[in-house]
Amino acid sequence: MNKPAGETPAPPAPPAKEGPAKAAKESNGTQLVREIMSGNAMISVLAVVVALVIGGILIAVTDPRVTTAFGYFFGDPSATFKAIWASVSDAYGALLRGATYDPNARTWQGRLGIFETLTFATPLILSGLAVTLAFRVGLFNIGAKGQIILGATFAGVVGFLIELPPGIHLIAVILAGALGGALWGGIAGFLKARTGAHEVIVTIMLNYIAVSLVLYLLKNQLRDPNSSNPISPRMHESAMFPLLLGPNFRVHAGLILAVLAVIGVSWLLNRSTMGFEFRAIGANPRAARTAGMNVSRGYITVMLISGALAGLAGVTQLAGTEKILDADIAGSIGFDAITVALLGRSKPWGTFFAAILFGAFKAGGTSMAVNADVSIDIVAVVQSLIVLFIAAPPLIRSIFRIKAVSREGVAA
Amino acid sequence: MSITAKGEAPHVSDAVAVRSWKLPILLGVLALFAVVVFILLGPSGTATFRISQDGDAWQVPDLVLPSKAIGVIVSIICVGLAYLSWRQTKATGKIAKWVIMTFAVAFVVGIMVWIIGGTTSQNITLVGLFTGAMLITTPLVFGSMSGVLSERAGVVNIAIEGQLLAGAFTAALVASITHNAFAGLLAAAVAGVAVSAMLALFSIKYVVNQIIVGVVLNVLVSGLTGFLFEKVMKTKVNGETIYNQPAHLPNLPIPVLSEIPIIGPTLFRQSLIGYFMLVLVVALWFGLFRTRWGLRVRAVGEHPKAADTVGINVNRTRVMNVLAGGAVAGIGGAYFTLVAVSSFSKDMTGGLGFIALAALIFGRWNPIGAALAALLFGVAGNLQSILSLAGTPIDGQFLAMLPYALTILAVSGFVGKAMAPAADGEPYVKE
Amino acid sequence: MKLELRGITKSFGTLVANDHIDLVVESGQIHSLLGENGAGKSTLMNVLYGLYEPTAGEILVDDKPVRFSGPSDAMAAGIGMVHQHFMLVPVFTVAENVALGAESTTFGGVLNLEETRKRIREISTKFGFDVDPDALVEDLPVGVQQRVEIIKALVRNSKILILDEPTAVLTPQETDELMDIMGQLRDGGTSIVFISHKLREVKAISDTITVIRRGKVVGSALPSASTTELAALMVGRAVNLNLNKADATPGEVTFKVNNLTVMNDAGHRLLDDVTLSVAKGEILAVAGVQGNGQTELTEAVLGLHKHVLGSITLEGKELVGRTVRQVLDSGVGFVPEDRQDDGLVGEFSIAENLVLDLYKHAPYSRGGTLNRSVIAKNAVEKVAEYDVRAQSSQDAADTLSGGNQQKVVLARELSRPLKLFIASQPTRGVDVGSIEFLHKRIVAERDAGTPVVIVSTELDEVLELADRIAVLFAGRLMGIVPGKSSRALLGLMMAGLPAAEAQEQMDSQQDPGTTGADSGEGVQP
Repeated sequence: MNKPAGETPAPPAPPAKEGPAKAAKESNGTQLVREIMSGNAMISVLAVVVALVIGGILIAVTDPRVTTAFGYFFGDPSATFKAIWASVSDAYGALLRGATYDPNARTWQGRLGIFETLTFATPLILSGLAVTLAFRVGLFNIGAKGQIILGATFAGVVGFLIELPPGIHLIAVILAGALGGALWGGIAGFLKARTGAHEVIVTIMLNYIAVSLVLYLLKNQLRDPNSSNPISPRMHESAMFPLLLGPNFRVHAGLILAVLAVIGVSWLLNRSTMGFEFRAIGANPRAARTAGMNVSRGYITVMLISGALAGLAGVTQLAGTEKILDADIAGSIGFDAITVALLGRSKPWGTFFAAILFGAFKAGGTSMAVNADVSIDIVAVVQSLIVLFIAAPPLIRSIFRIKAVSREGVAA
Repeated sequence: MSITAKGEAPHVSDAVAVRSWKLPILLGVLALFAVVVFILLGPSGTATFRISQDGDAWQVPDLVLPSKAIGVIVSIICVGLAYLSWRQTKATGKIAKWVIMTFAVAFVVGIMVWIIGGTTSQNITLVGLFTGAMLITTPLVFGSMSGVLSERAGVVNIAIEGQLLAGAFTAALVASITHNAFAGLLAAAVAGVAVSAMLALFSIKYVVNQIIVGVVLNVLVSGLTGFLFEKVMKTKVNGETIYNQPAHLPNLPIPVLSEIPIIGPTLFRQSLIGYFMLVLVVALWFGLFRTRWGLRVRAVGEHPKAADTVGINVNRTRVMNVLAGGAVAGIGGAYFTLVAVSSFSKDMTGGLGFIALAALIFGRWNPIGAALAALLFGVAGNLQSILSLAGTPIDGQFLAMLPYALTILAVSGFVGKAMAPAADGEPYVKE
Repeated sequence: MKLELRGITKSFGTLVANDHIDLVVESGQIHSLLGENGAGKSTLMNVLYGLYEPTAGEILVDDKPVRFSGPSDAMAAGIGMVHQHFMLVPVFTVAENVALGAESTTFGGVLNLEETRKRIREISTKFGFDVDPDALVEDLPVGVQQRVEIIKALVRNSKILILDEPTAVLTPQETDELMDIMGQLRDGGTSIVFISHKLREVKAISDTITVIRRGKVVGSALPSASTTELAALMVGRAVNLNLNKADATPGEVTFKVNNLTVMNDAGHRLLDDVTLSVAKGEILAVAGVQGNGQTELTEAVLGLHKHVLGSITLEGKELVGRTVRQVLDSGVGFVPEDRQDDGLVGEFSIAENLVLDLYKHAPYSRGGTLNRSVIAKNAVEKVAEYDVRAQSSQDAADTLSGGNQQKVVLARELSRPLKLFIASQPTRGVDVGSIEFLHKRIVAERDAGTPVVIVSTELDEVLELADRIAVLFAGRLMGIVPGKSSRALLGLMMAGLPAAEAQEQMDSQQDPGTTGADSGEGVQP
């Protein structure tokens, strides 16, 4: 049974035995990062397709044309299918045309929906980046809504209460908005770093506090004296983003700011030492700490930057699109930002394209509501389904019977 | 960190060297607030608390309190207790529980007297305050019980809002079609379960991050109910929106009990849903802490692997609890359309699901604690709507912030330690 | 009860953790399963306990085939398990933990814990355990927690008890007590499977020994087999137990720890008034049973602890109160105890991990921007120099084996001029080939004139590397003894005797006892 002593030297090391045990050891944040980052483009495309199909089913079954035709299904089955086709193609056709180019629109401006898409996409890009950046350090920033509100409020104070020379005024508005968002995001980062308070809970709560706060201000200090509603006065012209394509289109210079932000965040995450720290903290905070990184400061810094980005989204809403501050300035952008970041796989340029897609949904959704009588709420349904499907690749694989590509296969 | 380090460590208590100053700081700030607001800015009139309603069997005389004097007394108590908490922290590192409790009670009394004493309206009654609060508290309790059920088993439930909304919508639709409120109630529970089933499918079967699933489900339900509201409920038949005229659940006052001042009208003149809520809270507390089921559920939420090694099916337990939570929240949603108001409207839950989450955390994942937190938040919410009608020293928006601010303080460790079940949010994956 | 495993195979993806394992545990015997870390022992036991489904093979209880789809099936068949990481809910009481899964209830599923308490007291009396059924588990010392685990199995009338590395967290005394309990259980007719990689313990208690290597059974032995024979079987070749390092030539004493006390958040002293010093060109090994303050000592030096009293100086500069970055930049190389949790970022590439604490310095970055080509070039050099077996230096670190991961950590920490080198458990979970390599590197660093501190719970490693040995017990320093001290002496110190007393006891008592026998030869079961 004994082998002779002193024979072969050590053979090559065996493969990682720790493999199976490791998954359980990862922190929640680590797993979050891994989950969002992995996966491939094919899954994303199929997820969009499945979500659109389900949306189509909903549109069809609630369309009176379809229900009527179904009444005599056994007499004329083809009528039902024709009605379904008509219903779904009307709706999605209107959606697509509204988001891109609509040859049937009455005005030539109305035909170019693509610019509406870009207008809607602008705040989504910025707030999506906010969520993306926080994701990468393992933080889940659900507070884009509150940060947008605070950003818009700060921007508003500078934009309609103060008069400054043109150029300087807009810069001041942008900085104020970034500051407001950073402040709100920073609270969550600070509490996370210093007390361990879960950022998800804190940011959710801060969203609601922000709404109450802005409502209070709009009823008192920031109220438009000429209005009976809790809304602010109009922004000064000098505080507004210039329109990129003249007065016929809403698309404004905020889009340029958003693209610059994508480039900036991309550099920050992938090329800078600070991004190296952020990613290390997100992937393994304990190892980051042992390697001399200040994890607490990382959390605070990233939430300040993330909040500032969301604050900029608020600025583009107020100083680009809305012009008047009200308590609903953030609309659904705060939550859309999360779905955008997830669809973009938490990568800056991925977020950019996801924001364009969701911007298209918004622009097209309006046209769909008008031209096909399909409530814009269907867009929220489709968007949330897309994210669910993307987050669960096995589900999509089982729907389309795609074999999973094993990790080993990829690595080798 | 590890059990090892904890066990082997010599238990020499050196709390003096390692103290937390959070609570004394908080109490100090609040005491300062009391001095400034209750004394310096306080109203000088009287605060009248009407306890009985007209027509009650037992009439209790109104409680009339001098605002300024009460304000001064409360402030002195608060300052004294804050000082005491500082002394205790310095000496032993710990603060006696009674100090915190007394402080809380004194502060709440101070706030009430300050607000009531400062209003111009004389119509604020304690009964009205509490019965009105129940309109908010009831769905909050159901929502937070849904949270208790799933989070105690280790599944984070951010989807409470969606569960409530799905319940409200389905109850309205089914009760309208069937003209039967009970059918609506049942359907609401089913709708809540459906949302839960999605949560369970994605977070347990496909191991998607539970927070992501919850957030997305809320958007999904909001979109879906909004879409169906537009397409179905707004459909008019003969000029009437027949799909949004739900039958209602009647109030069923309990004889004798319903005549008790304050408590009677608040708790014993409710609909079936209200009584179910009372039973549910007590039953859940008993179930969690006194039965085999509860022991197993808590084990699954604290240390799923340990539960697995003694033969408990972790993921089945989680799925069952998440589904049960959905049924509970669905019923809570039905309260909106079958009891509180007459019909469904878009996004009518208005973020109450998140306040329910706050109540869950503030009540430390304990059914009774969460129910009391829901009551507190309900009173604050109701006070806010009362105050928006009457002129008062405090803007209603600040009361609206109260639940959220308290929750932030709770998770930051300023108000005791809000500890979630250890494995809350951690998926359990077997090889 | 007799237990038999036939051709058990378990694979995770492409990794075969168990490869056609055959094993027979006779009734009323203690059967040891001996193997290195990662040899597949725990996987095998998890298969046996129904936690993993075997890929192939069958399990027989009393010669009848059984299929376990979960732990409850295994328990029903009379198999109980004490896991290496205790399966106890910290916030539950002892009674609640014992009851869990086998609760006695009254009407309607209401818990009847009184019944459980009674059973706990019965078993405690029988085996002389001192366990309070109403104590919270998180408040109990590790040794007592382990007894709770044993009670859990006994309450369920287990006839076969699996103990997975049960002594890893015990002091030598507690280990002796556990051995006694195992003996009593065997005499009462319980079959025991004892999983361990510690040769002395296996020899001391077993009736039969089965050796596993790389997921395969490589042989069986009787406890009378010599330690060297068993070691050779376990690692697959004759083990050269001597590193043949030259004697140290200690220089100036540059690293000093004075009256160091470390507390946790609750104010408990994890490290209590420790004073020691290390000279240039010397290795000080810190020995002790896991969890006696070693981790805290190294982490306090690095600046990872909040509540630290006393002083730590390196070349006259105070380190207490500095940030981790400042400590690292002052010339401290640090290999943490748990490389996966603390030493590496698993999803970062090898290249990125090689600059994990150097990325801020030129040439790896300039003006806040990373220089990727320099980082990549550095990686290629280091991978070659340290013989890291990887496809590419751009592979993620978590695709590497334990030994190669540790080489990456060591390569990083030794790649700059050091004034102090600290390594915690430098070879835990590492294959034998890598161990030798890592040890040689550490000695080379010593010979280059760096003061070195090694923390290890493996006495073999301590004795191999140390020029001097410091022993910690319950956070206190039991003394510092020469590197060539006997195991018996170290064992007594690890059990809590100060060096002087331990030496006294050694002198008065010729019989070395079971605790710290120098080699296997002295022990007869």
